[in-house]
Amino acid sequence: MAIEVMKVGIVSCSGEDLPEGTLSRIACRKVLEDLRPGETVTICLPLFIAGGKEERDFATNYPTITVDGCDKRCAQISTERLSGKPSKSLLIPEILQKRGLASPTRRRNLGPKEKAAAQAVAEEIAQAVDEVLGG
Amino acid sequence: METHNKQEMQDKKVVVLACSGIGKVYGAVARETVYELVERLRPGTAVTTCLPLLVIGDPDAKKLVTDHPVITIDGCPKSCSEKSVKALGAKVTKSYQAINFYKAHKELKPGGIAELDEAGRKLAAVAAEELAPVIDDLASGEDK
Repeated sequence: MAIEVMKVGIVSCSGEDLPEGTLSRIACRKVLEDLRPGETVTICLPLFIAGGKEERDFATNYPTITVDGCDKRCAQISTERLSGKPSKSLLIPEILQKRGLASPTRRRNLGPKEKAAAQAVAEEIAQAVDEVLGG
Repeated sequence: METHNKQEMQDKKVVVLACSGIGKVYGAVARETVYELVERLRPGTAVTTCLPLLVIGDPDAKKLVTDHPVITIDGCPKSCSEKSVKALGAKVTKSYQAINFYKAHKELKPGGIAELDEAGRKLAAVAAEELAPVIDDLASGEDK
């Protein structure tokens, strides 16, 4: 029997030390609040370690999209190791390159260029959500 | 030798880690407080790293929290940053909950999650001002 997928879990790299981490968080919030509300949920990545079984079951309970800010791919690796295999894994530098956008330079107080980049990343995540929900 | 010790003190770093909170305002307050310390108040002494690097056991991040005093600032009682450091066998020298800074400054009720509002940024600035002397003590080796 086919199981209807209702929501997609998004795991964002929080990358506190990198501008791309800020971009990732803001883009994910845009998806959750504006672009795909009701179709997406998220989790704080370190809860895979600090939380309990419920948090570690996140990728079992939801098809998951990971969004990483650098090629260390913390979100993808930690989800694979501690929760379950993601349905899709996105990398912000690849998205920015594909869209011809510059890498962000600020970790906070984002300017117009960084906000435009965050919107572009959010749109890519939303598209990935649609692909996962569409099977 | 004295010169060497002075240089060691100048080189002493204190790691400040924020929770990764993507869903709660106090996670954003924790992060902004760390940026205030690292960028404005104690650049060069206060340093940070990405918490998820600790989650995946990145060797450089692990070495950073093992070799230096660590302050964690968490956004909720699950205390992800504190637990992530301890999970690696490293020591947390001081741990804080961001909400307690609000309890001490109730005129600054923070808003926003991905990006803080003005009150949230002010609260983070006040919190960082209060933590800066703690960093100084740890950097000088007085409170390790």
